[in-house]
Amino acid sequence: MKMVTAIIKPFKLDEVREALSAMDVQGITVTEVKGFGRQKGHTELYRGAEYVVDFLPKIKLEAAIKDDQLDRVLEAIEKAAQTGKIGDGKIFVSDLEQVIRIRTGEVGPEAL
Amino acid sequence: MKKVLASFMLLAVLFGAVSPSFAEEAAPVAEAVMATTEAPAAEAAPAPVPDKGDTTWMMLSTLLVILMIVPGLSLFYGGLVRAKNMLSVLSQVFGIFALISILWVVYGYSLAFGDGGSMNWAIGDLSKMFLAGMTGDSTAATFTDGVVIPEFTFVAFQLTFAAITTALIIGGFAERIKFGSLMVFSALWFTFSYLPIAHMVWATGGYLFEKGALDFAGGTVVHINAGIAALVGAIVIGKRIGYGKEPMAPHNLPMTMIGASLLWVGWFGFNAGSNLEATGGAALAFLNTIVATGAAALSWMGAEKVLRGKASMLGIASGAVAGLVAVTPAAGLVGPMGAIVLGLIVGPVCLWAVSGLKKSLGYDDSLDVFGIHAIGGIVGAIGTGIFVSPALGGVGIDGYEMGAQVITQATGVLITIVWSGVVAFICFKLVDMVMGLRVSEEDEREGLDTATHGERAYNV
Repeated sequence: MKMVTAIIKPFKLDEVREALSAMDVQGITVTEVKGFGRQKGHTELYRGAEYVVDFLPKIKLEAAIKDDQLDRVLEAIEKAAQTGKIGDGKIFVSDLEQVIRIRTGEVGPEAL
Repeated sequence: MKKVLASFMLLAVLFGAVSPSFAEEAAPVAEAVMATTEAPAAEAAPAPVPDKGDTTWMMLSTLLVILMIVPGLSLFYGGLVRAKNMLSVLSQVFGIFALISILWVVYGYSLAFGDGGSMNWAIGDLSKMFLAGMTGDSTAATFTDGVVIPEFTFVAFQLTFAAITTALIIGGFAERIKFGSLMVFSALWFTFSYLPIAHMVWATGGYLFEKGALDFAGGTVVHINAGIAALVGAIVIGKRIGYGKEPMAPHNLPMTMIGASLLWVGWFGFNAGSNLEATGGAALAFLNTIVATGAAALSWMGAEKVLRGKASMLGIASGAVAGLVAVTPAAGLVGPMGAIVLGLIVGPVCLWAVSGLKKSLGYDDSLDVFGIHAIGGIVGAIGTGIFVSPALGGVGIDGYEMGAQVITQATGVLITIVWSGVVAFICFKLVDMVMGLRVSEEDEREGLDTATHGERAYNV
């Protein structure tokens, strides 16, 4: 099993969700986050006071999937979240040791 | 608790100094009330009777100025602070309005508009303390001979001016002052700065009134007076922790926009109401209150675009307020075209004051009371001396000569700056010694809403 974590532009969330549901991904977790990467921040000016805003709002999306889904999931996220401009985000993949469905007690791939 | 008690006693002593014989005052007051309740039957006929239209207009104007304060100024200021200090600003404005409204009828009105005898150049007397002798039949003079309005209406209208002036000051040191200390300071400053300046500028026999200084609706009395006190406060209390290092961006600019809009709407009562009658003079002040504001919003917006590349909403709203401030002393005295020029000038001047000037002098006037109200007020006061000229479309005054009038206007500005500055400095220092002005570092970091008021603005 794999854990896929993607940082994407907030307005791309719906497209990514649609692409993932279309391919049998059973659930995702979404968090509003802030961070910095290669995309520069911007400055805000209030009367005389200037503030540099380094952290930009992004969406963090997490999905636990079966090993054989990985390539298709990565491709789907990449395609749906891409604008071609700086700041599109990143996808991180890690091994997932165990999954438990709390309601039934199922474990492993059955629980996904 | 002891400290609070001590400062109230201090307050009582100071009031005692103004009124050497509180007890003696009380007896004639009672007699005076009795006398006037019997009087109307005997001599009703010759006295001028208030016009219903004028009375209605003045009560409406009073309401409009209240609209400027409790929702207007509160939201304008509230949106500009950080979320953790929102309620502190709302409490301060509301609390000051409540406090001054009581002090005004207890002794403020009498000291501001009474006849002070040998001291009349600076201050009135205490003969109308507790509004002694005033009934629904009492009248106050207007600018036209033989035209009067109910004195209760005049008292209420002027009450709102005293309240907004004192409330304006809090912007200078928002986000770091002790609530109780601010209340005591407000009472002191109102007594020793607002009342004398209002008397000098607006009351018969007042020094600047007799000198011919023009201040239609309170450029010196309200805006320069409050702006200087705010600057002194910002300097005495010191900068906010993290000023210039941590971001202190406004937490809700839409609220600031709503507040600025309520200020603008309310300002029609402030400016056109200062005409005291529903006449062409009020109509002129009304129109000027639209066009000067529009011009200043445009000129600030334009200056920002040119100097910084972007026009901001806060800039447009700030420009509008600067325009309102500048047209305050001029409202019923200059022509609409003069008001537009005044507005066009004040926008960029105040933009410079809140950015360049503020940065170079290094003080932390949190909400730019000095930069907008004092500087805008000075532009307005001097500008009134120029644009009142009939040659420039103004209404003109008897024996007008531009140079002399500008000098008179500047004298008014200078007296107000020195008087308010000195009084504010002494009052701040006094309160600081007795009860402390500034909250603890821990409270300041936590935010005044929870630390001082025990509540949070946004529970989401």
